[in-house]
Amino acid sequence: MSHLSYARAMDSFQATIDADSRIEPRDAMPDGYRKTLIRQIAQHAHSEIIGMQPEGNWISRAPSLRRKAILMAKVQDEAGHGLYLYAAAETLGVDRADLLDMLHTGRQKYSSIFNYPTLTWADIGAIGWLVDGAAIVNQVPLCRCSYGPYARAMVRVCKEESFHQRQGFEILHTLSTGTPGQQAMAQDALDRWWWPSLMMFGPPDASSTHSEQSMAWGIKRHSNDELRQRFVDMTVPQADVLGLRVPDDGLVYDEVTGHYSFTQPDFTELYEVVKGNGPCNEKRLATRVKAHEDGAWVREAAAAYAAKQMERAA
Amino acid sequence: MSDLFTYALRLGDDALIAAQRMAEWIAAAPQLEEDVALGNIGLDQLGQARSLLQYAGSMDGRTEDDLAYFREEREFLNVQLCELPNGDFAHAMARLLYFASYQHLLYDELRASADETLSGVAGKAVKEVAYHVDHATQWVLRLGDGTSESHRRMQAALDELWPYTAELFESDDLVRRLPVAVDPAGLRDEWERRVLAVIDESTCSRPEASYQHRGGRSGQHTEHMGFLLAELQHVARSHPGATW
Amino acid sequence: MTVEPLWEVFVRSRRGLSHTHVGSLHAPDATMALRNARDVYTRRQEGVSIWVVPATDITASSPDEKDEFFDPAADKVYRHPTFYDVPEGVDHL
Repeated sequence: MSHLSYARAMDSFQATIDADSRIEPRDAMPDGYRKTLIRQIAQHAHSEIIGMQPEGNWISRAPSLRRKAILMAKVQDEAGHGLYLYAAAETLGVDRADLLDMLHTGRQKYSSIFNYPTLTWADIGAIGWLVDGAAIVNQVPLCRCSYGPYARAMVRVCKEESFHQRQGFEILHTLSTGTPGQQAMAQDALDRWWWPSLMMFGPPDASSTHSEQSMAWGIKRHSNDELRQRFVDMTVPQADVLGLRVPDDGLVYDEVTGHYSFTQPDFTELYEVVKGNGPCNEKRLATRVKAHEDGAWVREAAAAYAAKQMERAA
Repeated sequence: MSDLFTYALRLGDDALIAAQRMAEWIAAAPQLEEDVALGNIGLDQLGQARSLLQYAGSMDGRTEDDLAYFREEREFLNVQLCELPNGDFAHAMARLLYFASYQHLLYDELRASADETLSGVAGKAVKEVAYHVDHATQWVLRLGDGTSESHRRMQAALDELWPYTAELFESDDLVRRLPVAVDPAGLRDEWERRVLAVIDESTCSRPEASYQHRGGRSGQHTEHMGFLLAELQHVARSHPGATW
Repeated sequence: MTVEPLWEVFVRSRRGLSHTHVGSLHAPDATMALRNARDVYTRRQEGVSIWVVPATDITASSPDEKDEFFDPAADKVYRHPTFYDVPEGVDHL
């Protein structure tokens, strides 16, 4: 592309963004836009598939057959969501196998929330209610992301995830109205998952590195702090319904603003977990790598079979 | 315990224990698409189990969960094939080929049962397991006729599980005297014809067995069953009387 | 490393509608691609028929040519029924 036509293509890109229309795969786009999207979509996809582990951990022990079926369907959805998202990333000219390789070698990240362990059945409720709740707050604006394939994948993901949060809330509601042992289990889960859930919105706006450009490109629609506030406002009244106590002594409802003021999570913990120093980082990655490596001979066999069939047909 | 109760438990326990093992594959499959596929199959099996256990429970005032979570190992009536621990992916596909092919023939015949619940469950399940058979078939062909390593693994899995297949077709007084049941002995020839056709096409050799494992239908299991049930039941049993 | 081909998936959501692009997936061959599409894209009864097409077999118009491809249609307003005046009182036209 000549300098002139490159300049024209960039103008057309910006005009599309300004008109709040969608960029599609074969459109010319700034290199930074492409790279940012690949990084973000891949990280999102990685989070979905690593996120299968903490919940998958409880499928075999789900305490009723109904819960077992729901949990299986949910974890299966997460595989599907990872798949939709990898497909969206691939429209930007990368290959899923390379993205997986980046995950497996630690060169791309996934959401730190999945580096915390699921210790009791109530954690499955807390993940559905808090983690999926936070994910939905993050994801709904992405349905309007400027990149068409990502936005479309997110529409599908959000539609399918609508049951995920509800089933989590239902689990906790059943526990919190159950036996004293079940109630204690529910409170313990909220105590452990509250702070990591707040961290899911990323660092405070003041120290968020990618935010400004992503907002200008229409990849991100709201700031980290805005979304965190939205989540707290949404969640605290739900905790009241559950009869559970949010573990924040600083939590106060402000009549004037209509918002809760709350204590910020310890972001040094977030940075540490992102760096690899969380309770389950090594285990999650090792499990994922093992599944991939154990499957290598299967993928090779399928490719060999396909090649033989082609040869026979020729 | 009535014959019908026992019969529904046999079929339900097969499906339940198969689903428990299948679910272990989620997040461990060779590719993401397969995680989703095996999830679907496991959910089908679990759905069949729930319908059958609900039916059994309706005969003596128990729920599906009473039956799944609060029976002792010796009261479980599934075949041993379903409870064996997972091995590699070839093992999973060999088991699915053997088991789903049996289930398909069984449900197909059970559709004509005079028992409306059984025929209803079978009518729905027969479509599900037809897909399971297809899925297993596709993979057995690819692994058997893929690379030399995959061929070796596929053959090993087919051989290892073959001695557990005779139990699927075991006839006894109960199935012979219960008019709404299907005597599985009558399914054996067609099952062998279909399964061996897949094995032949996969370029693997037909397995042979001198020893046949038996006992599941009377509650005698392998040493693996206790661990499977411990995992399946422990949360529910730790909180007696709780609802979830 | 084995790189599996990419397939584009089209689903007919119900009878009477055409197949619509829903996404893509990886599969070693067409047979598996169709089955994977069933499992991945129709878990919630989203379809009654599926097409899978190797992504490499799709020929697409280029966004660079979009002006000459699509703009010339813009001024042919006479192709649309709203271009024509219909006297009042005339129905079924």
